[in-house]
Amino acid sequence: MYTQALDSSGAEPGSPASAGEVERERRFQERIDRDEKIEPKDWMPQAYRQTLIRQIAQHAHSEIVGMLPEGNWITRAPTLRRKAVLIAKVQDEGGHGMYLYSAAETLGVSRGELIEQLLAGRAKYSSIFNYPTLTWADIGAIGWLVDGAAIMNQIPLCRCSYGPYARAMVRICKEESFHQRQGYEIMLTLARGTGAQREMAQDALNRWWWPSLMMFGPGDAESVHTAHSMRWKIKRFSNDELRQRFIDLTVPQAQFLDLAIPDPVLRWDEAAQHFITGPIDWSEFQTVLKGHGPCNRERLGARRAAHEAGRWVREAAAAYADKHRDRVGGAERHVQTV
Amino acid sequence: MSAAAGSATPASDEDHFRYVLRLADTSLVLGQRLSEWVGHAPALEEDLALGNIALDLIGEARLLLAHAGRIEGRGREEDQLAFLRDAPEFYNVALAEQPNGDFGATIVRQALLDAWQLELYHSLTASTDERLAEIAAKTLKECRYHWRFSCGWLVRLGDGTAESHARAQEALDALWRFTEELITPDALDVRMASCGIAPPLAVVRGRWETRIGAALGEATLLQPSSEHYPWHGKSGVHTEHLGHLLGEMQHLQRTYPGVTW
Repeated sequence: MYTQALDSSGAEPGSPASAGEVERERRFQERIDRDEKIEPKDWMPQAYRQTLIRQIAQHAHSEIVGMLPEGNWITRAPTLRRKAVLIAKVQDEGGHGMYLYSAAETLGVSRGELIEQLLAGRAKYSSIFNYPTLTWADIGAIGWLVDGAAIMNQIPLCRCSYGPYARAMVRICKEESFHQRQGYEIMLTLARGTGAQREMAQDALNRWWWPSLMMFGPGDAESVHTAHSMRWKIKRFSNDELRQRFIDLTVPQAQFLDLAIPDPVLRWDEAAQHFITGPIDWSEFQTVLKGHGPCNRERLGARRAAHEAGRWVREAAAAYADKHRDRVGGAERHVQTV
Repeated sequence: MSAAAGSATPASDEDHFRYVLRLADTSLVLGQRLSEWVGHAPALEEDLALGNIALDLIGEARLLLAHAGRIEGRGREEDQLAFLRDAPEFYNVALAEQPNGDFGATIVRQALLDAWQLELYHSLTASTDERLAEIAAKTLKECRYHWRFSCGWLVRLGDGTAESHARAQEALDALWRFTEELITPDALDVRMASCGIAPPLAVVRGRWETRIGAALGEATLLQPSSEHYPWHGKSGVHTEHLGHLLGEMQHLQRTYPGVTW
């Protein structure tokens, strides 16, 4: 999964305080220009650090919140194989959250601080997860479209200038690619199924198509921070470029399923060699981003509830560790096996 | 067909089927319960661990249901057995179907069952049913990891804070009565033991009591006194909770009968 609008709220490069700073920034930029990876102990401009923390945290939060809409169908998955695959997929998302929080920690911020920001409503996560999963077909559509859009966004991040982030993304992309295929396979099964299953698949495509296109963030004309992220090689392609690639790849996949893209003016432009969509309703995007989507309250509410309900458990673990700090083995001692 | 050929007292296919279903349904129902935690656990690490255990249990259930279907010989496959039976036809132990409650109740339920499955599957690796013995060998490895997790948390919660101790003790007191059926043989258990498909439950009982006794001691939790509770899930007599669990789990298969998913 992924967060849209990577460059929104990104920190601006600050004014260098001294000639020394100017020189260090120049050398830093030269390293980036030579495609060298920046590592945690290397000097980096404060704005680069803050942009990365914000972006990686948004990405991590998206993985964690993204567990909820799909988790909504684990207990109702229609076969045991589907149930097992869905549990594994949602676990992968949790694992991605863990790598990403770890990558953010290399920049000097703790997972605890980042989670507090999320729960306090001060951090963003991908708006797509504020839409509900109403039928089983939504699990297929999320894998196909949402993970498909995520891959489009994330593959360039494997070459991101910040080493720990780039390396985390390599593993994440492999797993997302598997998720995308299993989502498409669910859609294919439904599309080849009964009339009711086809209707379910079409309804899911209708509801997820436009929010998936919005995952790439505002159009380039509105995206004011792209230039800095591009210069630092945190971002390598613009929102509109990535969105267009996704559209060009996905429309034929919908055609193969014999499902209709919910866009009456969608057309193939022979000269441009692109599918051209109708206008995206950015007012809906802004509404959801501001917290007024169908499930914003539920998603954050569920994360807060889990955090609060788990407080006594975390306190118990800490108390136990304090009591038994000097003892070897502790809770492991009676974990003998046959 | 029964794989008990050559043993002194051959098992009937009906008995054999019913016994394998007990094992399968216990893993399936417990896996379904644990999967409810995904996305809602006290910390990310616990979320992943509970999901992993759920995944193992559902994997075990699939192997066992497929095996049960072959023994039955009526062509029923794993999904027909999982999604198209009603509560009285499920033979899981009732402890597995108890609601998750708080993390403490989940851990107590899990530790009681993990210790039991660990001892049971250890013995089942020597089953005269060769397929069951193979499944047991695979399952045993998973049981070791499950017990490591649940026992570790049982001790941390029991010997953590006053609040965690009280919560764990309360869960233990509430769930203890459901352990009777884990270790008390009924007629089917006896017949399965006599043909070598299953171990004598007395053997499992002794090892389970030792394991749980030691863990509760380490956790500073008091073992509740035994309470006779003869309504056994393994005979198809369940608590009210199973019907709701199945209603949710079977929703799509029941609403759209006969379709491919």
